[in-house]
Amino acid sequence: MTEARSSVVIEELCKRFDGPDGEPFAAVNGISLTIEPGTLTAFVGPDGAGKTTLMRMMAGLLQPDSGSLHVLGIDLNEDPQAVQNRISYMPQRFGLYEDLSVQENLDLYADLHGVPQDVRQERFARLLHMTDLARFTDRPAGKLSGGMKQKLGLACTLVRVPDLLLLDEPSVGVDPLSRRDLWEIIEQLIEDEGLSVIVSTTYMDEAGRCDHVFVLNRGTLLAEGTPDALRRRAHGLTYMVTPRDGVPARDLQARLIDAPDLVVDAVPAGGQVHFIRQPESDETRLKDLLSDCEPQRREEELEDAFMLLLHQHDAPDEDATTPPPLASQDVAGPAAEHGDGPVIFVRDLVRRFGDFTAVANTSFDVQRGEIFGLLGPNGAGKTTTFRMLCGLLPASSGELQVAGVNLRTARSAARARIGYVAQKFALYSNLSVYENLDFFGGAYGLRGSKRRKRVDEIIQQFDLDPSAQSGNLPLGYKQRLAMAAGLLHEPEILFLDEPTSGIDPLARRAFWRTITALSQAGVTVVVTTHFMEEAEYCDRIAIQDAGRLLAIGTPRQVREESGLDGGHMNEAFIAIVEKARAEEGQAREAA
Amino acid sequence: MESVIANIAQIVALCRKEIIALLKDPANRVILIGPALIQSMLFGYAATFDLKQVPYAVLDQSHSAASTKFLAKLDGTGIFQREATLTNANQIAHVIEEGRVLMAVSIPADFAERLASNRQAPVQVILDGRNSTTAGAAAGYINSVTAGFNRERGAAAPVTVVRRAWFNPNLDSRWQIMPAMVATLSMLQTLLLAALSVAREREQGTFDQLLVTPLTPLQILVGKAVPSVLVGVLQSTIVLLIVRFWFEIPMAGSLWLFYLGLFGFTGASVGIGMSISALSLNMQQAMLYTFLVIMPFTLLSGLITPVRNMPEVLQILTYANPLRFGVDLVRRVYLEGAGLFDVAHDFVPLVVVAALTLPLAAWLFRHRLA
Repeated sequence: MTEARSSVVIEELCKRFDGPDGEPFAAVNGISLTIEPGTLTAFVGPDGAGKTTLMRMMAGLLQPDSGSLHVLGIDLNEDPQAVQNRISYMPQRFGLYEDLSVQENLDLYADLHGVPQDVRQERFARLLHMTDLARFTDRPAGKLSGGMKQKLGLACTLVRVPDLLLLDEPSVGVDPLSRRDLWEIIEQLIEDEGLSVIVSTTYMDEAGRCDHVFVLNRGTLLAEGTPDALRRRAHGLTYMVTPRDGVPARDLQARLIDAPDLVVDAVPAGGQVHFIRQPESDETRLKDLLSDCEPQRREEELEDAFMLLLHQHDAPDEDATTPPPLASQDVAGPAAEHGDGPVIFVRDLVRRFGDFTAVANTSFDVQRGEIFGLLGPNGAGKTTTFRMLCGLLPASSGELQVAGVNLRTARSAARARIGYVAQKFALYSNLSVYENLDFFGGAYGLRGSKRRKRVDEIIQQFDLDPSAQSGNLPLGYKQRLAMAAGLLHEPEILFLDEPTSGIDPLARRAFWRTITALSQAGVTVVVTTHFMEEAEYCDRIAIQDAGRLLAIGTPRQVREESGLDGGHMNEAFIAIVEKARAEEGQAREAA
Repeated sequence: MESVIANIAQIVALCRKEIIALLKDPANRVILIGPALIQSMLFGYAATFDLKQVPYAVLDQSHSAASTKFLAKLDGTGIFQREATLTNANQIAHVIEEGRVLMAVSIPADFAERLASNRQAPVQVILDGRNSTTAGAAAGYINSVTAGFNRERGAAAPVTVVRRAWFNPNLDSRWQIMPAMVATLSMLQTLLLAALSVAREREQGTFDQLLVTPLTPLQILVGKAVPSVLVGVLQSTIVLLIVRFWFEIPMAGSLWLFYLGLFGFTGASVGIGMSISALSLNMQQAMLYTFLVIMPFTLLSGLITPVRNMPEVLQILTYANPLRFGVDLVRRVYLEGAGLFDVAHDFVPLVVVAALTLPLAAWLFRHRLA
């Protein structure tokens, strides 16, 4: 009988939490929805949309403040245990026991779920085969790569066949290859076992594979429907335009994004700019804006519809979490010009931790004024490379020059010429904005009235509130403060470590708008990211995998090297990594 | 010269940041003053070896005028309090085991007879030896009461001892303990503060941001050590004021020398704390290590038990313990009025510990990898 019922029915569900500033905020604010059994359903939305809160309430791990919630026909308020007996839930960070082997983890979860011994062997064999972990059954879970851990987490979740499977952002922080594998496993399970699956994600391509999509933002449901139905919302508004020769796509993209009354959203893609125009935008003004470059229609994608929905939702009230982008003339460039030649010079860089080689024989240059991107999955060695460039980690061997200074001999002098923005907010949370900037000004050797002047200047440029306590700032402003601190001493090079992880798409646009402005002012920018599409903002990119540098060049060159001209950066990345891994495999067989 | 000023200005910026960060948190502000205040009051009243009350039991089998007189003398001291009057010897074990009394006085049946015939009259005293310190003190009291009893009976002792204790005329153990608390109480917090200073930044990710600035490890070290030392000396000052003005223990020595000693001692403590901090990857580790060292530091400092009584190997090991020399310094300067020449030897191990641990911490800043 359960087959006939809806698997999830939610009515007017609310959940409030206390924010960091002590003010309560609604993580889930009056959501009503129904999910049909036997379907693959996606919750998409930026971070803070309420996806995880919703998932945890459906799994009975969190008590709603108000509203009703039925899962598999059972009221969760009355009998959460009955629901939990029939569902499987995989949280964002699955609780693997890092010291136990792959097999022991599986055994443990089978014991916890009371899976009978006779079913186990067949089930394990199938899961290990699907996840391609059969070779690693003796390896401790802690020694697996990020992607493999996630697959093992999925396998442990599926030691029994649930009536409903909840996956909370299963692909977060996972490299594109593992992400693809993970989805193949999920789709195969649905086909073979007729599972009902609810998955939350920030990736639109993943949402596009689902039967039904719910778009969430800041605790409310913006839209729902099949991917095709949602996509059609952007119908007729999507265009692409090619910038004139010699103009970076990101400059044109920046201009488009600065005109929000004409353009909803714009991103650089494959040397062109993809944009969504406002439904009632003025034709002639749009033409002026494009400075006679001829826009062409392009087919709408789910991403376009999603951006349109987010903009429509965020537009009416001033969104405090996403700061407005900075215009180029506002941003100070480096203090003085410092001649020509590469500003970063890396030759045969190696870093070993014990017998593990995190970075192997890496060589590259970064030219002055470039935006240089280091791309790769987690564990590819990009953070290690990055930390060596910033002087946070000594190299095992190789040559490393930053801003014309050898990092091995004159680290303090090199550090004075670079700015660094960490992935996690790394300023002092209990100090005010002014106190933080004042301290870093002092640490960089600015004194007296010069320091006060510079701090005031940068507070104005970045539109910050000097008396606000840093730890309570919204995420977008925190990042802005971190960038202000990194730029206080007018460095030649700005290093940004995963600046866009964990921030929503609108904030990401604003962030890149600021980077474009910095680049126009002559600052060299080195940035790491695991969002492949962000490579399009860079002048040149380097792709790393398992410590090795696989490709380097302009985004177009890298795409051509992959043999997939015009494709998505994600696919180009997968092609390059697969080719390199195959070659390595052949070399190993030959040896 | 310009570069020296620039160098110092950077350190000052770091010190200022540390102090602002410390004072901004209301919980921190309380911790800076509260524990030192409360603990010094607490220990001043509670931590004492002086035996003010001795509950005892009596088994008087003599039932004579002489035995009554002897017992009246005991009761008359105000220290001995009769908790039980026993009727046979079998009851003694019971009252002592229970902990109701600290000792039992047993007067034999022939007590009066022996006294009358001028023979020796033994009185048995059974002590609870589970706490040897109090048992010893109680035995001492009863000896002096017995001596008084003998004197009154005209049984003159051939030798009499006249005691005169220097530096602490009444041998008040509060005098012995409280000046040492000036060093001991501040040590836990100084260690903890220093141990958390880098570990907190590592845990919250701010340490990387600090390391990418042109600040050298030495500058970071000084910038972080100075606020910790200042806090340590401030706490010592709070305890000092309480010792001097609340408990009214007179200070014999020079205040300057006293503070010189405190700075030396706090510097060495901060050195150990910073090394712990640079070695730890997070705050939990830092706290664990701190509590691991604080206990042996306190017990093996000579605060309660003299270092001279320890096995030789341990005595040598205590040279690494700043508290040993800190306690010695403050006690001698405070109670005895020792001059710089008298306590100079205490500074040597303190300076050596600081000179080893501080550079070690600075080196670890960059070489301890997560």
